[in-house]
Amino acid sequence: MADYKALKNGGFMRQAQKDLFSVRLKVVGGNLTSEQLAGIAEIAKEYGNSSVHLTSRQGVEIPFVKLADVEKIKEALKAKGVDTGVCGPRVRTVTACQGSGVCPSGCIDTYPLALAISNRYFGQELPHKFKFGVTGCVNNCLKAEENDIGIKGGYLVEWIEPECIMCGVCLKACREGALSEVDGKIEIEEEKCNNCGRCVKSCPTDAWKGTPGYIMSFAGTFGNKMAFGVRVLPIIHDLETLFKISDAALDYFSKYGKPGERFRAAVERNGWDGFTKAMEKAYEEALNGTGA
Amino acid sequence: MELEHDDLVDVTDVVCPITFVKAKVAMEELDEGQVLAIRMNDGEPAQNVPRSMKDEGHKVLKLRDNKDGTLTLFVRKVGE
Ligand code: SF4
Ligand code: SF4
Ligand code: SF4
Repeated sequence: MADYKALKNGGFMRQAQKDLFSVRLKVVGGNLTSEQLAGIAEIAKEYGNSSVHLTSRQGVEIPFVKLADVEKIKEALKAKGVDTGVCGPRVRTVTACQGSGVCPSGCIDTYPLALAISNRYFGQELPHKFKFGVTGCVNNCLKAEENDIGIKGGYLVEWIEPECIMCGVCLKACREGALSEVDGKIEIEEEKCNNCGRCVKSCPTDAWKGTPGYIMSFAGTFGNKMAFGVRVLPIIHDLETLFKISDAALDYFSKYGKPGERFRAAVERNGWDGFTKAMEKAYEEALNGTGA
Repeated sequence: MELEHDDLVDVTDVVCPITFVKAKVAMEELDEGQVLAIRMNDGEPAQNVPRSMKDEGHKVLKLRDNKDGTLTLFVRKVGE
């Protein structure tokens, strides 16, 4: 019964107080229904101390529950449509900002993406914990680069000359100074463009075409060691490619990471060159429709 | 050059989100099809007010640089 490891896999974490546990719940993209919330409230009242803790990664934990109640709590949560989360060396809660489904700045719909990622990878065992985060645009509310894999929405933009009325709005809406008017045409300096999509969203005549895409960053970490995730690939336009690349990144970590070593440390120890090549290979294969 | 407009509102004396509120209130006074000129500061208002007017469903016509640190946005009212 008191198999501590099994408890931890199932999201029951030992507290500072003997025989008391904090139950970690599964939350995807920071989203819960009101029914789930009401259920969580009930369970916290019955089995805990009537409080919940909101974690830094959009999770919910019910603290102060007794070891003896673990099974009952699992049942009660299940009945309310809530799963327990995971701890330990595996893929953790997938976080997300509100994205284009709610936020006017959003370039991608983050919640369905977070769900798809969670369905594919949640709980998968790896040398150490592994975090995915999804943010809807370059405003980066979800802080993509602090995750092992960060995904950021962006638009690849293109000016459609015949639609343009030269109103000048996009020239100001662009915060990167990437746009200028030259001889009655809008010119874009590609190297300055950060794919924010503000030109597309502000243009009154749809004279900007924006193709949504994913900007991936790898091996970010924000704990006792801190390092930003690094972008090694161009913007990606389809989910299948994103998954093939993510598969390759997790395979790399399984293969080259030592137990107890974070993804960042594994990449640094084995060298960024090799890792980058592995990601580029997965990217090429996905584009050409080859590979596994 | 002075573009034709039916009313003018100056929002250079306020900051976000009052810039938008003031422009919205002025817009409510107009009839469908009339044009409002909104004078605003360069920087944050110039980056965001045109977009807000578009999102409200109005027709943005021109954002004119007044070369004095302000810009004037011309917007045609759509809907009542
Ligand atoms: S990152 Fe972008 S889409 Fe997501 S909440 Fe922030 S502004 Fe909105
Ligand atoms: S996407 Fe953003 S940075 Fe790129 S040109 Fe448009 S407004 Fe400027
Ligand atoms: S906002 Fe649209 S219509 Fe206005 S100048 Fe830019 S591309 Fe042309």
